[in-house]
Amino acid sequence: MGLAIGFWISASVIIAAALGVVLLRNIFRAALSLILCFLMVAGIYITLSADFLAAVQILVYVGAISVLIILAIMMTREVQRGNLSNKLQLPAFIVALLFLGVLVLTVTNTPWPITDTAPVVPTTTTIASRLFGEGGFILPVEIAAALLLSAILGAIVLAREK
Amino acid sequence: MMPVLNFGIHHQVFIPAVPPDWPGGFWWHWLFFTVVIIAFVLTMVMGAIYIERRGMGRMQSRLGPNRTGPFGLLQPVADAIKVLLKENIVPVKADKLVHWLAPVVAFAPALMLFAVIPFQDGALLADLNIGILYIVAISSVSTVGIFMAGWASSNKYSLLGAMRNVAAIVSYEMPLVLAIVGVVLIAGSLSLNRIVIAQDIPFILLQPLGFFLFFAAGCAEINRSPFDLMEADSEIVAGFHTEYSGMKFAMFYLVEYAEAIAIAAIITTLFLGGWRGPLLPPWLWFVTKVMAVFFTMVWTRTTLPRIRIDQLMALAWKFLLPLAVINLIITAIQVLASWPDTLPWTLVMIIVNFTILAVLVLLWSKFFFRLGWGRIEV
Repeated sequence: MGLAIGFWISASVIIAAALGVVLLRNIFRAALSLILCFLMVAGIYITLSADFLAAVQILVYVGAISVLIILAIMMTREVQRGNLSNKLQLPAFIVALLFLGVLVLTVTNTPWPITDTAPVVPTTTTIASRLFGEGGFILPVEIAAALLLSAILGAIVLAREK
Repeated sequence: MMPVLNFGIHHQVFIPAVPPDWPGGFWWHWLFFTVVIIAFVLTMVMGAIYIERRGMGRMQSRLGPNRTGPFGLLQPVADAIKVLLKENIVPVKADKLVHWLAPVVAFAPALMLFAVIPFQDGALLADLNIGILYIVAISSVSTVGIFMAGWASSNKYSLLGAMRNVAAIVSYEMPLVLAIVGVVLIAGSLSLNRIVIAQDIPFILLQPLGFFLFFAAGCAEINRSPFDLMEADSEIVAGFHTEYSGMKFAMFYLVEYAEAIAIAAIITTLFLGGWRGPLLPPWLWFVTKVMAVFFTMVWTRTTLPRIRIDQLMALAWKFLLPLAVINLIITAIQVLASWPDTLPWTLVMIIVNFTILAVLVLLWSKFFFRLGWGRIEV
């Protein structure tokens, strides 16, 4: 019961916040709306007993990505006048609509496995042994780390003053 | 069933921290600890302000406020009443809603941090299995409040102050988290209660370098001197809260001290053995240690000269971050080597770790890094 209430509150706030991101004219408020959306996604993870994932969601999306977005907004010229307008509204709308259609089609056509077993407690041990243990995803993890490192180095090289 | 990986200097103690069985269960537990946490934070903030003003006064060869109440004990109360009665001024061009929300968004995480800090064995709001990760995640939310304050004030000094603050927070988060990882490796758990239980000897002895890194990075995270670049009157007035007055300014003031208490409480829990200690009741040990850490913060504030903004960034990236990475690698090697838990070996370990601390800090301060070398534009 409590879980269902939590889920519906999170879900409706997510949708409202996501609409706010698109519809608000003030771009800073749109960014804040995006942060609310990220926070509520963490709420959904909590209802799914994925506590580690929820904390990582807040840490990465609210603590890092949103901060980057807001810094970018603050660095933008003439942003005080609100949303910068251009002629891409219609193409963006069409692309978003197509993407939504693909998502809905995928979600409704996938046979999602449902299980009655209780969620694993504590989650951290299981995640760690799946990621780093034998037969786990150690190779993808390492590749992702190397990829991120090279991306950071590339960004530094690009941004460095001559 | 996965085998539980149990390497480490200390054997992992699996005592599930069951909350005391309150009549009525979960909700009573929740209500009780919420009230306790709010009362604790407010009282400790009052105490912290008193210690800061009087202690700093003594260290600077002056008296400090001593007229309100016995020994000036009521000064924080007088300050609070004064600031609450002040007029609330909002700039005409401000984004009113965001300007109003910013102190709330900054204050909520500072209060939420205390939810996972154990006051004594099992006495905490929520013994999360991911406790320390929760702390790192929640404390990153407060940057959003600072951004909101800086932006909504519609004042360039506020905006610059907020950007400075956020740049500092983002930079110092890395050595901070890496210092935490060392402790987590030794304790073998992310839960703060289990970390305390694992500390048969305080981790400050096993992780001296981690402690200093955490202390420095923590002070920078919450803008305490020598990293208090918010209060640069000649450059950016008062930073992101320039345009705040009255109750809303009081909220930011409260956040500042609540965060200082939170950092002190986290240091106590991670490095100083939390509520553990002989004779006195556990919660008293906890409060005493928190106040001792806060006193050390005041002490460093009065002792060290403050640094410039470019030096602030250089210190994070060129001094603290390399040392944090090296500390993590050394800790990982020590944990993997599964050092014996008996007394003479632990003593050797303590000596080895303090030697590593001395060698690394000397090496870096002599050869690799000096404040004022090079300049980083921020």
